[in-house]
Order: sequence, then C-alpha cells, then structure tokens
Amino acid sequence: MYEITEKVELAHTVYLFKIKAPLIARKRKAGQFVVLRLNEHGERIPLTIVDSDNAAGTITIIVQEVGKTTAMLGDMGAGDNILDVVGPLGRPTHIENFGVAVCVGGGIGTAPVLPIARALKEAGNKVVSIIGARNKGLLILEKEMREASDTLYVTTDDGSYGHHGFVTQVLQNLIDEGMKIGFVVGIGPIPMMRAVSNTTKPYDILTMVSLNPIMVDGTGMCGACRVTVGGKNQFVCVDGPEFNGHEVNYEELILRNRSYMKEEKMAMEELTYHEGAKCYDK
Amino acid sequence: MDPKETKERMKIPKQVMPEQDPGERVKNFFEVPYGYTAEQAMEEAKRCIQCKKPLCVGGCPVNIDIPWFIRLISEGKFVEAAHKIKESNGLPAVCGRVCPQEDQCEKVCIIGKKGEPVSIGRLERFAADYEREHGEVRIPELPKWSGKKVSVVGAGPAGLTVAGDLVKKGHKVTVFEALHTAGGVLMYGIPEFRLPKKIVQSEVEYLKRMGVDIVLNSVVGKLETIDEFLSNGYSAVFVGSGAGLPYFMNIPGENLAGVYAANEYLTRVNLMKAYQFPEADTPVIRGRKVVVIGGGNTAMDSARTALRLCPEEVSIVYRRSREELPARVEEIHHGEEEGLKFRLLTNPKKFIGDKDGRLKAIECVRMELGEPDESGRRRPVEVKGSEFCIDADVAIVAIGNGANPLIPQTTPDIKVNKWGNITVNPDTGRTSKRGVFSGGDIVRGGATVILAMGDGKKAADSIDEYLKTGVW
Repeated sequence: MYEITEKVELAHTVYLFKIKAPLIARKRKAGQFVVLRLNEHGERIPLTIVDSDNAAGTITIIVQEVGKTTAMLGDMGAGDNILDVVGPLGRPTHIENFGVAVCVGGGIGTAPVLPIARALKEAGNKVVSIIGARNKGLLILEKEMREASDTLYVTTDDGSYGHHGFVTQVLQNLIDEGMKIGFVVGIGPIPMMRAVSNTTKPYDILTMVSLNPIMVDGTGMCGACRVTVGGKNQFVCVDGPEFNGHEVNYEELILRNRSYMKEEKMAMEELTYHEGAKCYDK
Repeated sequence: MDPKETKERMKIPKQVMPEQDPGERVKNFFEVPYGYTAEQAMEEAKRCIQCKKPLCVGGCPVNIDIPWFIRLISEGKFVEAAHKIKESNGLPAVCGRVCPQEDQCEKVCIIGKKGEPVSIGRLERFAADYEREHGEVRIPELPKWSGKKVSVVGAGPAGLTVAGDLVKKGHKVTVFEALHTAGGVLMYGIPEFRLPKKIVQSEVEYLKRMGVDIVLNSVVGKLETIDEFLSNGYSAVFVGSGAGLPYFMNIPGENLAGVYAANEYLTRVNLMKAYQFPEADTPVIRGRKVVVIGGGNTAMDSARTALRLCPEEVSIVYRRSREELPARVEEIHHGEEEGLKFRLLTNPKKFIGDKDGRLKAIECVRMELGEPDESGRRRPVEVKGSEFCIDADVAIVAIGNGANPLIPQTTPDIKVNKWGNITVNPDTGRTSKRGVFSGGDIVRGGATVILAMGDGKKAADSIDEYLKTGVW
C-alpha cells in the first residue's frame, strides 16, 4: 500500500498528489513514470513522476480526471492508500547542455515538462518555456515553471490569460526572431506534440516528445504500448517514453489510444451511476 | 514385483479424467478437467509396474521420484505422496496441470511402449490437490540459517523454484517481482481454465510460509540494481525475469486497434481479469471474429480464451500443416472440442483496418511445404497469387517473445546473446558475472514452466555450492 500524503487541486479536475514511495523517490530521474493500480479490481495506468522529495520519501504525480481510474483517484485524498505503485519506469530524459532549450507544455502535459525543465536548467541550459491551456482556469504549474525557466511564455486558447493562441505560435515566433534553439521538448495532447514537431522540423531542431499510449504491465512484457517511430516498432515502456518528435507516427497513436473508447465510456457511466450525486462534465 | 503381478497391472485400463462438457465450459472460465477421484487415482497408480530402473525419473526435468510417489498413491497414502513429490518439485499442483508430460516422463514410460503410459501428470495433480484440499500442507523442517542472503529477480516458475530450494538449504531469500502479484507467467499467461489462479497463489503462500520473502511492485534494474544487491548484503542473485517483448511479423497494419500480442491479450484477461469487465476495470476487445496467429501453446491459450468471450468464430492461422503444430495435442484437442477452427498452411500478409483504424480483415496467402529447413521441419513457401481475405475484428499474434531488456540494460556486464537472452553455463546457471545466476525464459527464450523450474533447481544447487565454497 502506498499512502497519499498530500493532495492539491491545481485546476478543475486536475490534482497534484504526493505519494509515499521512498525507494522510487530516491531512484527516479526526469522523464520517468510510475504505473499505479488503485484497488483489487483496478487497471494499471502510467503517470509521469513530476517531482520527488527524498527526505519525505514521496513522489509527486499530477492527474487529470479523464476516465474511471483517474476520476476515482480524483476522489481520493491525503491518508488514503493506493494499492500498487511501481517504478521508476522508462528511460530518463537525455539531459545535456544544448545552449538554449525550449520546454513546451500543453494542458496537463506541463506536469511532465516541469522536471525536465529543472534538469535542463541544472545542466546549464538557458531554459525558455512555453505553457498553454484551453483557458486560465486549466493552466497549471505557472509559478513552478517560472522558477525553473529563464523566460516563461503563457498561452490560452481562448485568450483568457497570457498570449491568445497556441504554444506553437510562440515557438514559431522565437524561431522567427532568430533564437538559436538547441533542443525542444514538447509534452501535451498528441495533436499539440505533433504541432510542436511540425514547427521545428523545417529548422531541424532536435525535438523530443513524451508519449502516453495505453499500457498494461509497463515493464517490457506485453507489447501494448508499441508505437511506430522512424518506421519501426518501439515500445514506450522500455524504449521511451521520449522519442524524436519528428519520427513519431502520431496518427497511428491517436487511433490506438481510441481502442477502448466504448469500454471507457461504459466504465465512466457505471461509476457516475454508482456515485450518483457527483457530476462529471466532460 | 513378480511377473504375474506386472501382467495383471498392465491389464488395467488408463483411467479417464472427467472434464467439463465442451458446450458448457466454453461459456465459463472454470477449469476444464475435474481431476481424478481417490478411487480413480489409486486404480491409475496401480498401472505403474514400479520399474527397478525407472526411465520416467530421467524424463522429468526436476527428477521427481515418480515410482515412489505413485506407489504411495496406490496404497492410499495421498498426503505422503504429495510430500514425496515436494522433495523435488515445489509447484506440483501447477506442474501436474501444465507440464507437457507426453514429451517428458510419460514419453519414456515403459507401459507406453505397448499401450497408454501411466498418467503421471494427472497423478501428480491428484496428490497435490488432495494435500491442499485436505488442509494437510506440511511445512518441512528447515535447517539453521546459513548466514547468507540471496535475491531472486522475478517470482515466476524459475524464481519461485530457486527460492523454495534455497530456503530448504538454509539460506534467506528475497524475491523481487515487477508485477503486483507473484507467479509470473502462471498468473499473467496461462489461463484460469487451465490453471486456476487460486492454486498458483496457494503454492506461493506455501513458499512464504517456508520463509521466502516476496516483494511486489519491484522492478529490479530500475529500482535497485543487481550491483546494489551484491554490495548490500546479498551474496548471490538469481535472474529469472522471464519472457520479454513479443515478436511481431512486421507486416502492414499490425498496430491497428484490435491487433494484440498474445502477451497483452492474455495479461488483460488473466492477470487483469478483463473477462469480468466492467466489474474489473481493465477492458479487452471482445471480437466477433477472432484470428490467432501461431501454432504453439500460447496461441492455443489465446484462442481458447477468446472462445470464452462470446465470439462468432475463433480460428488459428498457422503457416505449416497440422503435423508441425508445436502445441500440445491435448490443447489442440480441447480447442477443437470447443469449436476452434484451424486455417492451416496459411500466412497473414496484411492487416486491413476501417476508417477508425480498427481491424476489419486480414489478407492471407496460402502456403505449401517445401524442403526441410534448419529446424528439420519442411519450410513453408507461399503459393503465388493465392491471396485471400478473412474477416477479423480481433487478431492475436502469438509467434514468440524476445528477451526482457531491463536487466541487461542496467547490468551491462552480464553477457547476453544476439537476441538479448542471458548466456549461462547450462549445468549451473552461472552467468558471466560473479555471483549472478540465471534461468528460465530470460535464458531460453520462450520455453515451458517445467524447463524454467529445472533451471531453477540446477541454479539453486550451484548457488548453494557457491555460497558454501566461494568458488566461482
């Protein structure tokens, strides 16, 4: 059992959890993830480790309610226990001094970007970050990202805060202004990562994206998380989660991630039915 | 045994093991065979003529004293029989169910030369079940602690065998398991209807009661490394990390929704209980027309699992002919009874999807058998221009696994072959790294439960010797 020691609501249906897992806290590096299972009937879901506190023996994860498991997790709080947490999984982000590194986070994707921004900063990079959300209320980790970056740009799709538009527009502006960018990391919804990769591709800027496919075991056994990268099958749990964004077959990933739409909807309906009063406006 | 009695015994017909009716069992996940009754077991045990030089013992990868335990069964001493088996085999209820006895002990049984061999596997299963169901599981007396600790990577058949043998030799053992349940392939791979999970768990419980410590959710290499184990008080490490990522055919459309690797399909249904969805949270696509690609035991397990998820049709696509099917005859027979179809001498060329990226058909080509290849089997060759399509909304690719990369990735001084399998001395399980032993599928590629257990047994002996002598 893994105890939740702290819970913070970052935005509507977006929560930060600190979970007691001292060994993982000690070992994890930027870019790695955990797989967790809430209870005996639970499914195994992967979540990026955002931060860790060695002294307290905790890891930090950030979760948006998008399906049954994340909704149930959203209902849990400090003092509750998660049945299984396994990690740190995946390869850590390759960190070096690229000169100028641009960190792009879209929506909940800002959560996995944060530890990478920090690690890049620590390695001596000039860190320029761009974070975006649909609207101001959904924006997360602005303060933390500002601290981790030399410069931070904020965008909202509806213009309710910061730059009105998409993160890629800011990225394009930086390129157009002649910024010598050595490295871009973009994490967020798949269409956003595809857009970031398309933006940097003409300029041949090394661009990494962190993929979040459906996983089951997460330890290199089942093969569920395969994606096509550079025309070859790669397994996100052991070969990733980060890949060269210019080589990822995003269309395939989008379709694969929809494999269980019907079942996910059914599971959510069951949950809302049983919970009665609580309403999920998705 | 006098010749007259031998003759009498050889007249006893092989006892048939009762099983669930095919029409009924295909609607549930309960175990197919019910097992022998005590009377049947005693009768079957009498068919053993108690050879002075029994070949069966040599046919068993863990060298169970087969005639001895069978004699105990014939005398009605069922619990004693189980104890006898457990001297050499820590997981008899498992092996009695999933060992390919027809290729091992029963293959060399002398009775089998003239008729049907003694049903050694069924008798093993009977003794183990009897002991468990009658609450008479005995914990053997353990020697004093040797002062040595051993860590085992992976709680599958190999790792559990090593752990059981080493505690019996007086060493302390901690098993680190990556998944949330101990048992490895016995839990995620082999279906409930062939090996009930409660049986696996009771065998794991038995090891725990003997003092084996099992740590779940622990991915060795990522969390702690083998080098850390060796410098933090463990004198030896056994790596039994098992099968790795599945092979695919690298044909178009293989990543469409609805195309599974057998590992994933079986893990979803067995370990995650997707057949109970939505009571269990993990879903699986219940195909209308399911096609399983491959002809081994994993293919049969996948196909028979699919049959239980209410499809219209489940078929096996295999590129050679029936004679070459590597699966156990019993599995093929059970599958056919349950309605499994075989599309032999057929090979997939392409998976075809609909506009949403979901599988709708498979383009196949007919094959014919040519000259024998290096495996001695006749090589299948395409019949030009014989392409045709079959409808399918779920395809399960069961053509084998590579090696799990996590240990070699994080312990580079353990030597691996070109496929990533750990290289060992086959007699001792010793790897290229001092103090590190290995066995099971991470060494062999895809093999059987009992071969992994045999590896574990040899490695345990060699570990014990290493701990006592310090000689590598």
